[in-house]
Amino acid sequence: MKNDIKKAIRDTIPVLSGYIVLGMGFGILMQTKGYGIWWTLAMSAFVYAGSMQYLAVDLLTGGASLISAAITTLMVNARHLFYGISMVDRYKGTGKKKPYLIFALTDETYSLVCSGNEDKSEEERHRYYFLVSLFDQIYWVCGSVIGALLGQVIPFSTEGIDFALTALFVTVFVEQWKSTKDHLPAIIGVMASVICLVVFGAGDFLIPAMVLITVLLSALKLVRREEKAK
Amino acid sequence: MIDIHSVLLVAVVSAVTIAIRFLPFLVFSGRETPAFITYLGKVLPYAVMGMLCVYCLREISFVSAPFGIPELVSVAAVVLLHLWRRNTLISIIGGTVCYMLLVQLVF
Repeated sequence: MKNDIKKAIRDTIPVLSGYIVLGMGFGILMQTKGYGIWWTLAMSAFVYAGSMQYLAVDLLTGGASLISAAITTLMVNARHLFYGISMVDRYKGTGKKKPYLIFALTDETYSLVCSGNEDKSEEERHRYYFLVSLFDQIYWVCGSVIGALLGQVIPFSTEGIDFALTALFVTVFVEQWKSTKDHLPAIIGVMASVICLVVFGAGDFLIPAMVLITVLLSALKLVRREEKAK
Repeated sequence: MIDIHSVLLVAVVSAVTIAIRFLPFLVFSGRETPAFITYLGKVLPYAVMGMLCVYCLREISFVSAPFGIPELVSVAAVVLLHLWRRNTLISIIGGTVCYMLLVQLVF
């Protein structure tokens, strides 16, 4: 158990740094828009989705309707469907831990639990998944609460602090790029998104982009299968 | 006074997020995961992260000042910092500070 905790902490250190910074950014942003620590705490505990929480600040201050909030959430978080799809097998048989594992499956947690640990026993693996998920959320909640507290006393302009989110995604993108030799999926993701952004505009491009990405990746699989068959 | 609309809005965002996370497990539990879904599970993370980068930069305008210069310079800073040190903390803080300085002091 002690070793499991040690390993989970060691593996989550990159997430710790990212989540403390991003969480603080979120807490500060909420504070500067007039939403105090309890709002921040509730969002980080019950929504627990970084990019969506940043967007929710816009929704809150812009007085968005509940319907448009639901649709925005659906679009921004639709990628979690893909995470879930690839974790169906790994999370099989996790019993009582399963609901929390599913709830806490963020981009970063996914990046840690989606591979590796094949040599471990099932029980050890399940405990590892749970600890990683739990620690990541603790980092996120702590970061956002610190931000909410700091937001009241921060002595400088925080304009531009929301760039932390962009920086995180770019960092993960570079990290993933270096971790594989097959760069086509990453290139397809960027190109399809840029094309849809130009065609559909900033407000509406996310869903078409996801459809186009899925179509292109499927085509890629077919093409490669044919090449293999030759 | 508690703002009811804001409370409901947070509740909606939370409920939809949770529903999305649970849906694949409800649909595919109990039976063999289709090979195509397994394939998508492998390649999608790479594509989705590229999409999220584009998503974050969607408001940039190249036809009016500042022509996306702060964003592009800061993204380049993040990439270079990450290739150089490969430390997530340094990359994120470095890029964000770079961006904040640019939008507050230069542009």
